[in-house]
Amino acid sequence: MRFTLNGKRTRVDVHPLARLLDVLREELHLTGTKEGCGEGECGACTVLIDGHPVNACLVPAAHAEGAEVTTIEGLRAHPLQHAFVEHGGAQCGICTPGMILAAVALGPKPSRKAMQAGLAGNLCRCTGYSAIYRSIEKARPARKRKRR
Amino acid sequence: MPVTIRHRALLSPRSLKDALRLRHEEPDAMPLAGCTDIYVALNFGTLPARGFLNLWTLDALRGIDVLDGVVRIGALTTYTALIQSPIVARHLPMLVAASREVGGPQIQHRGTIGGNVANASPAGDTLPVLAVAQAVVELHSVRGLRLVPFTDFYTGYRTSAAAPDELIVALHVPTPQGRQWFRKVGTRAAQAISKIVIAGVGGRQPRIAFGSVAPTVVRLPQTERVLASGGTILEAQQQMQSEISPIDDVRSTAAYRRQVAANLLDEFWRATGPGSARAARGR
Ligand SMILES: Cc1cc2nc3c(=O)[nH]c(=O)nc-3n(C[C@H](O)[C@H](O)[C@H](O)COP(=O)(O)OP(=O)(O)OC[C@H]3O[C@@H](n4cnc5c(N)ncnc54)[C@H](O)[C@@H]3O)c2cc1C
Ligand code: FES
Ligand code: FES
Repeated sequence: MRFTLNGKRTRVDVHPLARLLDVLREELHLTGTKEGCGEGECGACTVLIDGHPVNACLVPAAHAEGAEVTTIEGLRAHPLQHAFVEHGGAQCGICTPGMILAAVALGPKPSRKAMQAGLAGNLCRCTGYSAIYRSIEKARPARKRKRR
Repeated sequence: MPVTIRHRALLSPRSLKDALRLRHEEPDAMPLAGCTDIYVALNFGTLPARGFLNLWTLDALRGIDVLDGVVRIGALTTYTALIQSPIVARHLPMLVAASREVGGPQIQHRGTIGGNVANASPAGDTLPVLAVAQAVVELHSVRGLRLVPFTDFYTGYRTSAAAPDELIVALHVPTPQGRQWFRKVGTRAAQAISKIVIAGVGGRQPRIAFGSVAPTVVRLPQTERVLASGGTILEAQQQMQSEISPIDDVRSTAAYRRQVAANLLDEFWRATGPGSARAARGR
């Protein structure tokens, strides 16, 4: 399959029905994308396809053909990443890559309501979510500065 | 590789015509849309299918348009596309409401209305909406096109009137006259499959459909008649109990569903019936 992975054109020989999750982790050795449930419930495997969050455990390789895929490795020193570290948005960390990508898709300055809806497909067993919402809120100024 | 795909094959048609030919030649190859049902089963190891037919690239199955008040929705239309469509917002707000309650954003970006219909779960959230709107299913095969009223589409628990070589290409949904109403009751707001789900159209000739209270989605014609002829909500609730047949399952119990169905009927009628605040204001 050919696709754009984190901005780089990528070609990899895989079964067209292979889960995008396995292609990323096993074939391309990008292990930032996590597997929690393997059934679409937890969002740990969230990646962006053409900017939209999807569960990589439910996407066949054939459906990523020609698409732009962003994994957590594709974000470099993103303000959200710093904010999650600083404000307790990550504890054990298994949900964090998926949380951050789902949050990235919300764009700058999401409201509390938008955060709750936008992260509804991402489960966290550690933080109780408030610290995650706080981290996203705190990431705002830094993101603004970066865009200037 | 955790999932056993090695011995399974994917057919990749380039056009609808191509897909229909392949569907005819290999009816056992399972159509793949957004994969939000199929990959759960595949990952779980409970999917017997050996082959698959990739629909995802077929743009002929996408798109939303409206002609003479009938909204035509391509089978591959995702929940996100339904939520963002100005046509759907204007003509079928209850379908927007239903789409917002499916899974979370990740599921909404991939899951399709055609997949919801074809999957034929009695808990499918768009199904009561299609039932009350008196939608029509557009099926295609090598033999041509066939239109089946949605309320005749399901023949029993997870069985449908579609032939083994047919594909769902679109849904035709007439804009209902009257106020649209949708409510889903689940364990939590997101990611939860319905314990019970209702769609209704209010007014003098109300239409009501429930999911998760019978082997298929059900319209309630007798209950509708009671309300249309000026019966009390109590009479309607009693009538309704004979039109639903809920069971105990992993998500809920029959008794809970009967009680909640009665409460939802009451809520629906308060919001949309002649006694509602809107009706009182002369709308
Ligand atoms: C975490 C999670 C949460 C969910 N929450 C909800 C929910 O709240 N409400 C709800 O209703 N559903 C829910 N679902 C189920 C699922 O997302 C929906 O049923 C979705 O609409 C299925 O569409 P799909 O395109 O992903 O179908 P697929 O998985 O691709 O296919 C499903 C079935 O339909 C067949 N099919 C698909 N398209 C066609 C076609 N055009 N013609 C003929 N056959 C076709 C396939 O062969 C298969 O049998 C959830 C699923 C998950 C994993
Ligand atoms: S691993 Fe994909 S949603 Fe849980
Ligand atoms: S930090 Fe542990 S699951 Fe979220």
